[in-house]
Amino acid sequence: MAFAHAGTATASKPGRAGMRIPYLLLLPGLLWLLLFFVLPLINLAETSTKTPIAGGETGAYEQTFRLQNYVDAFSENSAQFSRSFIYALLATVLALAISYPLAYAIAFKSGKYKNILLVLVIAPFFTSFLLRTIAWKQILGEEGPVISILRTFHLIGADTSITATALAVITGMTYNFLPFMTLPIYASLERIDPRLMEASGDLYANGLTTFRRVTFPLSMPGVVAGTLLTFIPAAGDYVNAQILGNPTTKMIGNVIDSRFFRIVDYPTAAALSFTLMAAILILITVYIRRAGTDELI
Amino acid sequence: MANHPDAAKTGDLKLSSITKSFGDFLAVDDLDLVIPKGSFFALLGPSGCGKTTTLRMIAGLEEPTSGKIYLGDTDLTDTKSYRRPVNTVFQNYALFPHLTIFENVAFGLRRRGIKEVKESVEKVLALVELAHLRDRKPTQLSGGQQQRIAVARAIVNRPALLLLDEPLGALDLKLRRQMQIELKWIQTEVGITFVHVTHDQEEAMTMADTIAVMNEGRIEQLGSPADLYENPKTAFVANFLGQSNFIKGTVESTSGADQFVNLQGTRIAIPAARNSSTHKSLLVGIRPEKFRIHNVGDATTGNKLEGGVVTDISFVGVSTQYQVEMPWKQELMIFEQNDGGAPNLRKGDAVTLSWEPHFTFALDGDEDVKSGLAGVDGE
Repeated sequence: MAFAHAGTATASKPGRAGMRIPYLLLLPGLLWLLLFFVLPLINLAETSTKTPIAGGETGAYEQTFRLQNYVDAFSENSAQFSRSFIYALLATVLALAISYPLAYAIAFKSGKYKNILLVLVIAPFFTSFLLRTIAWKQILGEEGPVISILRTFHLIGADTSITATALAVITGMTYNFLPFMTLPIYASLERIDPRLMEASGDLYANGLTTFRRVTFPLSMPGVVAGTLLTFIPAAGDYVNAQILGNPTTKMIGNVIDSRFFRIVDYPTAAALSFTLMAAILILITVYIRRAGTDELI
Repeated sequence: MANHPDAAKTGDLKLSSITKSFGDFLAVDDLDLVIPKGSFFALLGPSGCGKTTTLRMIAGLEEPTSGKIYLGDTDLTDTKSYRRPVNTVFQNYALFPHLTIFENVAFGLRRRGIKEVKESVEKVLALVELAHLRDRKPTQLSGGQQQRIAVARAIVNRPALLLLDEPLGALDLKLRRQMQIELKWIQTEVGITFVHVTHDQEEAMTMADTIAVMNEGRIEQLGSPADLYENPKTAFVANFLGQSNFIKGTVESTSGADQFVNLQGTRIAIPAARNSSTHKSLLVGIRPEKFRIHNVGDATTGNKLEGGVVTDISFVGVSTQYQVEMPWKQELMIFEQNDGGAPNLRKGDAVTLSWEPHFTFALDGDEDVKSGLAGVDGE
C-alpha cells in the first residue's frame, strides 16, 4: 500500500506541472483579449448610457444610466437595422451559391491545379479591402464593362445604372467575403474520405443522391463556418454601402460610423453597437442550433 | 433508383481478358478468371499485384482498359457502380460518419426504395450481433464492431457478390482471427459469393475455398488452399504461401509415375505429377515441416539426404526450427514438432534428413528462388 501510494504521488507531480502549461500558453491571447476587447467593451457599455451635459460643448457627456438610449437608438434606426440583415443575408446566400461549386471543384476536380486555384482564391487579400471596393465602383460604373455589356444586349435601359444601388452594395459585399465562404467549405470538403462517396455509389446512390446524402451533409461544418464568417462582418459592414450605395442603402454600420465620427453622438453609437452585437449573437445561436453541426464535428 | 436482379437469378462471375493500365503502369494484365457462384474466393498477392484494382473493376469503381466482366449471362462492363448487384466492404470500412449505425445499414435499401427497411436492418444487425448499437454513430464503435457493421451494410442488400477489400487489415491479430471465423460463418449463412482481397496468406487460406495468387497483374496459380500449398507451380507461389527449401537438381530418369532426380549427388524420387517442369534441370522444393531430422545412422524411410550439420536451433513452443548446412554449402530450414519424435540435437551435430517423396514438388530450374519473398511479411 505504502509503495502504491508513493508511486501515485510521484507520478502526479509532473502531471500537475504539465497541467499548467496549457494555461500559460493561453495567457498572451487572454491578455490581448482583455486589453483590446473586454476593456473597450466595458468602456463602450459605459458610454452607451450617457447623456449630453446640459449647456456643455459638443462631445461632452455625463453618466446618467439612461437605458432609454437603447430604445431611441433602435427605433430611430430600425430601417437600417433590417436593411443590414437583409443585405447581409442576400450577400451570404449569393456567396454560398458561388463558393460551394468553386470549393467543390477545387477539392475534387482540380488535380494538379489545386494549389494555384487556392492561391487565386486568396489573391484578393493581397490588395486592400477599400481598394477592391473602389475597383467594383469602376467595374459597375458608367464606363465599366458590366453596364456596356448589359446595354449592348438591351437588358437594361440607357439611363439605368448599377452604381449607387442596393444591387451594387450586395454584389460588393458578396465579392469581398467570397474567400471567407470558399476556404472553410473547401477545407471540409477536402477532409471527406473519397471512399465514402465510393461507398455511397456502391450502395446504389447515383451522383446526385451521393451529393445530397453524403457529400453535402459532411461539408456542413464548412458551410456553417463560411456563412458565419460572411454574415457577421457583412451585417456590420459600412464600406460597401458607403462606396457603392446611396443614402437609401445605408446600413447600420454607416449609422454607427456617422454617429461616432461625424455627429459625435457617442452614446447612441455605443448603444447601436451593442444592439447590433446582441442581434448577431442571437441570430447565430439560433442558426448553429438549427444546423446541428456539433454532431458533425 | 437502381434495381438489381435477385442474387438467386445470377450466376458465376466471369472476367474475360481484363486489362487495366494507369498511364504506363500495367496494373492488371489480360486477366481471365471465373469465380463460381456461392464460393468464398480470395485474390491473394503482395501490394501492387493488381488484386485491389481487379476488385474495384468488379465493383465498378474502376473501368477496365479492355476486357469484359460478366455476371451469369449479363455483361456488367459498362454498368455504373450504383446499378451493379455488387456490394463492397471497404478497407477502412468507409462507414458514413454522419449517420447512425441503423441508417448506415439502411442506406442501400433506402436508395433502392425497398419497403421493409426496418425489418431487414434489424435482422442483419442481429446476425452480426450488434443490434444494441443501432443508434450509435460509427466513431463510437470499436474497430471490430465497425468492421461487422461494414459487412452488415453490404450483405443487407443481398448482393449477388460481396467484395471484401483487405477487410481485416486494421484489426489486431486476435480480433482478426475471430473475424476470419465469423466472416466464413456469415458467408455460409447467407450463401452470397464472397470475393476477398488480401495480402495475408494465412487469412486467405483460413477463409477461402479457392485462392488466386496474383503477381504483377497476372494470376500465378489458382486452386484450393491445400493444393496451392502442397503443389505450388512457381517459386513465387511457394514463397508467398509459407516457406520452402529449394535445392537444385537434374532429372535422371522417369519410370511410370515416379521420376528420379539427382539432388546434389543423391538420387531421390518425386511423383511425376508433382513436377510442373518439363526441363531437365529442376528446383526441388521441400517445405521445412516435411523434413524429418535424424542422428546419423538412424533408420529412415522415403528420400534421404546425408552429411548435414546443425548450425542453428531455435525453440518456438509448438516446434523447433533447425538450420542445417548441407555438404554443398546450402542452409536448409527444418521444422520439427515438439512431440518427442526428434532426437536431442545441439549445434554442430551431424544429421541425416529424410522426407516422403509425395511431399516434394519440383519447378523449372530457372525459376527465381527469391521471387515472392518480399511479400511474406505483407505491408
